[in-house]
Amino acid sequence: MSREGHDREPQLPKSVGITNGKAWIFGDNINTDIIIPFRFKSRTNDPYEMAKYAMYGYDPDFHKKISSGDVIVAGRNFGGGSSREQAPVALKYAGISAVIAESFARIFYRNSFSIGLPALEVPGIKGKVNQGDDLSIDISKFIVQNLRTRETFQCQVVPKFMRDMLMEGGLVEYYKKYKQFPWTHM
Amino acid sequence: MTITEKILARASYKPKVVPGDVVFTRIDKVMMHDVSGPGVIKVFNEWEKKGKRFERIWDPDRVWVTEDHFVPAADIVSSQNIIALSNWTKRYGIKRHYKYGLGQYGICHTLSHEEALVLPGEVYVGGDSHTNTTGALGAFSAGLGHTDIAYVLMNGKIWFKVPETMMFNLMGTKPDYIMAKDIILKIIGDVGTDGANYKTMQFSGETIKQLGMDERLTLTNMTTEAGAKNGIIEPDIITDAYLRKRTNTPYFPVIGDPDARFSEVYTYEIDKLEPTVAKPFSPGNVSAVRELQGTEIDKAYIGSCTGAKLQDLRLAAKLLKGKKVKIRTEVLPAAQSIYIEAIREGIVNTFLDAGAVVGPPTCGACCGAHMGVLGKSEICVSTTNRNFPGRMGHVESQTYLASPIVVAASALTGKITDPRDLVN
Repeated sequence: MSREGHDREPQLPKSVGITNGKAWIFGDNINTDIIIPFRFKSRTNDPYEMAKYAMYGYDPDFHKKISSGDVIVAGRNFGGGSSREQAPVALKYAGISAVIAESFARIFYRNSFSIGLPALEVPGIKGKVNQGDDLSIDISKFIVQNLRTRETFQCQVVPKFMRDMLMEGGLVEYYKKYKQFPWTHM
Repeated sequence: MTITEKILARASYKPKVVPGDVVFTRIDKVMMHDVSGPGVIKVFNEWEKKGKRFERIWDPDRVWVTEDHFVPAADIVSSQNIIALSNWTKRYGIKRHYKYGLGQYGICHTLSHEEALVLPGEVYVGGDSHTNTTGALGAFSAGLGHTDIAYVLMNGKIWFKVPETMMFNLMGTKPDYIMAKDIILKIIGDVGTDGANYKTMQFSGETIKQLGMDERLTLTNMTTEAGAKNGIIEPDIITDAYLRKRTNTPYFPVIGDPDARFSEVYTYEIDKLEPTVAKPFSPGNVSAVRELQGTEIDKAYIGSCTGAKLQDLRLAAKLLKGKKVKIRTEVLPAAQSIYIEAIREGIVNTFLDAGAVVGPPTCGACCGAHMGVLGKSEICVSTTNRNFPGRMGHVESQTYLASPIVVAASALTGKITDPRDLVN
């Protein structure tokens, strides 16, 4: 099915306000070749098509197993490797509402804000969340709560323009709403 | 301030910056290629749909576009992408579109230095993670995603967080059969693949003064594999001589202050360094070649922006001269100009006489695109930069990253081989 033109956009998890989702646990150094292998990312510009290859290097059926709103919780250096923006795009359009990690690779981190996928850096999250735990994420406050243990985590704070961009769903969406860019007043 | 801090301060019109500052910097040059380009164009199209009209881009003379990953067009999707890119560069009047089969073309990072497209002291961004390569010329060079590149194409500016700088002092005389690749693999093995995350890796010391530009470029190219925002080397007479052969454009070099502060300082005694490889499946999974002697391999690959510059081809050919390879060996020069020079110097004949296949300039199988993609369980020793699962093909293929000399030595024996053992 072609989705050219995006006339009919399916429901994406909202990145505004508070979202809830189940945790999927990953280790350290989950690189872009795992998130979306090169041979797939370069074959299409359709984000819903890319979503079918989300975490393909880990499990080709990952996109079928997750539910909209689920959260990836990973260790150090999530998203290392390529500058491919398709990596956060594939995760977002597969229904992932946020990626929480001990640390991120820089281009993945930056791209996530550009396209509106919350990338939340939480040093010390490792071991505090189990597979399938229900998490509540308050994007406006950059706070994560594990609903099983009731433990709350403060995410690494980012400059205001990055948060503004994220809350609107990325740079393109931000522009659409305000007809200017989030750093116009920097 | 360090060289990186001074470049970012100058480009953001500030007298001083410190690590952690978020600055909005003027961009001097921007690049995109046949894979990132279509993604950037898509962002443009979305903005246009949402009311932003683009009669022109910021500065067509500061933009260049390359065809490198899937060229010569590997399939129909690749050729469609290239056509879309050609239409786009025509529409916006971008003259520097390096097209395959039309004179000079090659891997984007290779053209950045071969064509002197980036100069010392400049801020350069590209739609590719190995944009760091060009930092060897004394520029701030960093990779960005499609949305950021699209913004730069419109406005000529972008934000950066000023990185901390890790200093790597390389001391001593580089031994024979050791290349910059051995040095950078050793460093990545030590600091880890996220050891330089968000930071600058700067290289200095007496070994640097002995390294030609092609070798320096290998160091900065691979800073990406340690997670660095940029890699950089202060420009000197070697930099100037290299550039003066290629351009008359004046430039304004920057070097760091004597009291510059570094987050970490490492010192390496290069005269004691052993030939080094990275085992599957990480550039940080490093071993001395000696420890892997005898590991059987199926294929040798000499290619990519990291390992198919002229000096890489020269040194690999020197070892292969008059001998025959024992396993499939593939050579893909990184740019047309390098290919031509390799023919003039007799290097291509040496490869062909040894039994290797020499193909056109392309990123090729480095990223598993085409031209020698690895099959299931196939084991390759390669001059490229990354060996994640599936990087060069099948997810169960294996890649050992090594210098062109080690790859050539291994091609002759069919096993991971220390080049010093072949010569002695």
